[in-house]
Amino acid sequence: MSKRVDVIDLNVYYGDFLAVEGINMSIDAQAVTAFIGPSGCGKTTFLRSLNRMHEVLPGARVKGQLLLDGEDIYDPGVDPVTVRTQVGMVFQRPNPFPTMTIRENVLAGYKLNGARLSKSESEEIVETSLRSANLWNEVKDRLDRPGSGLSGGQQQRLCIARTIAVKPDVILMDEPCSALDPISTLAIEDLIGELQQDYTVIIVTHNMQQAARVSQKTAFFNIAGTGKPGKLIEYSDTTAIFNTPQEKSTEDYVSGRFG
Amino acid sequence: MTQTPTPTPASVQGPSGAPGLSEPTSNGVPRRSSLTQNTLPSWLWIVMLGGSVILGAALSALLGFNLATFFIFTAVIYVISSYIVTRTRVNRRRATDGLWTNLVYLAFLIALMPLVSVIWSVASVGIPGLMTPGFMVSDMQGITGLVDQASQTEGAPVLGGIAHALIGSLLITLAATAISVPIGLLASIYLVEYAKGGPLSRAITFFVDVMTGIPSIVAGLFAGAAMAWFLSVFSGVTGLLTTQRSTLGITAAIALSVLMVPVVVRTTEEMLRVVPNELREASYALGVRKWRTILKVVLPTAISGIASGVTLAIARVIGETAPILVTAGFVVNTNWNLFQGWMTALPVYIFRQFQNPTSPNFSDPSEQRAWAAALVLILIVMGLNLFARLIAKLFAPKQAGR
Repeated sequence: MSKRVDVIDLNVYYGDFLAVEGINMSIDAQAVTAFIGPSGCGKTTFLRSLNRMHEVLPGARVKGQLLLDGEDIYDPGVDPVTVRTQVGMVFQRPNPFPTMTIRENVLAGYKLNGARLSKSESEEIVETSLRSANLWNEVKDRLDRPGSGLSGGQQQRLCIARTIAVKPDVILMDEPCSALDPISTLAIEDLIGELQQDYTVIIVTHNMQQAARVSQKTAFFNIAGTGKPGKLIEYSDTTAIFNTPQEKSTEDYVSGRFG
Repeated sequence: MTQTPTPTPASVQGPSGAPGLSEPTSNGVPRRSSLTQNTLPSWLWIVMLGGSVILGAALSALLGFNLATFFIFTAVIYVISSYIVTRTRVNRRRATDGLWTNLVYLAFLIALMPLVSVIWSVASVGIPGLMTPGFMVSDMQGITGLVDQASQTEGAPVLGGIAHALIGSLLITLAATAISVPIGLLASIYLVEYAKGGPLSRAITFFVDVMTGIPSIVAGLFAGAAMAWFLSVFSGVTGLLTTQRSTLGITAAIALSVLMVPVVVRTTEEMLRVVPNELREASYALGVRKWRTILKVVLPTAISGIASGVTLAIARVIGETAPILVTAGFVVNTNWNLFQGWMTALPVYIFRQFQNPTSPNFSDPSEQRAWAAALVLILIVMGLNLFARLIAKLFAPKQAGR
């Protein structure tokens, strides 16, 4: 169910602009990996290249290899849509589909693809997904209400439920808590801890305490200056990054002396 | 800035704070709040407006009373006097603010006048004709000059109606909508979802703008010529007979769709552009293909705007006269077939009844029918506008329900 990710010499471009340069890293399955670093250093860009969402933007492209359990997702014959069914994504701002009810939002991955589900199947998917997203008890009585009527934190958990409903192997999270209050953040962090048992979770965060709380491994990205490409500076166990960083800039960043 | 050097409390005060607060002080309550000094009592403007109305009526009566001079005098007196009073009692800033507020309201009233006047005159003249029994359900077949002459001279009821014109307008407009909505919708989907700002999309945008400005008669001539060519190529009819043969309801529908397509493209494009990109990305991230994302996420999110835009486009073309006159002609009987024979539309009916009364010497019945038909047309356009609002409300993304 959960797959490891190996990145080999990956460069990410916006048109001619090199946004992220020379990434080499191995991301473990069934673990939480956090990406930290200052704004504009390419964390999100790199994250979006992990499920080929980067190339949705006009002019955006990627060079290099990205292996999902040994299979290169940037192989010329690979359909990006297949990749995205295996690598799900949760966005910074909660974005439930406004035209759909809570139930339809959870089933969106199936319904939008035209899959036919029996009533019992869809009931089961809705319940297990919402339970895994810790949202079931809050919404079980109003599954036919619009998803946009939920609070911000609930909407974000609905988006997570929507993502895990299609049973991906890897879940990418792009600052999933930055638009949420501390209580909702706590709920999401607990959830990430549980998701780790079944999925490979990769999370971008600006909150270093959050990275320290939820992740086993942490990658620190930095940028030499405006217009320069972002680079992976250090990638190690989270405890090592926060307690015994090898690089000077990592130490400066995690101790708050910079960025 | 040439303001008074020391700001008075009133000049610091927000524009909305004054009326409610100043009420007690004007009733003679001894202790004035420091926040309400330098403000005018809230009833003052009504008194001044009343005074202006009386003065305006008096001045207008001096010149021989009529509504136009009455309105002008009242407006001028009220705007000037309220400026002077505010200027002397409060300060210059509030006075200027009030002056512009009054001018904006005045402009709004002036803009409203033609609308109210049109509705009033059409309704007052048109209602008798509309109330005539059978007006909505009968056509003009068998209504000759003699019938109208009998109506005017002997007081017989006005016969004849607009059933054929209503059916014609309905069929032609429906056909025009059926032609232009798919074309316009697909063109705008291309512009928003597929075009990457290349020459083709810029050319489409440019020509859509040009099409918006095409005079409607040109659209009519184009549709007539196109249909004549089409018939001559595919059925071998040539010469004078083609013009005769190409005068069909469907030709008028093509003419109207030439006018409708750019409007539909423009409104739909706007509506698709305001669909947040996040929703598209959310759909892609679930492994949904682009065309399914457009069909199932983008279009449903924008459907309320698209539907109301289309309805407004229909309302825009249903009143076209010239292109329908040259493409569909004019008949007195009901024709249900878009592809066979001439057809009457409501605006053409109105035009013909005024221009060529059924009985040239006794035109009153024709004019009565024309005014009633005009009233029906206005009611249809109003109904379509209300319908557009209703659609926008019904289809709008679900917001409430917390």
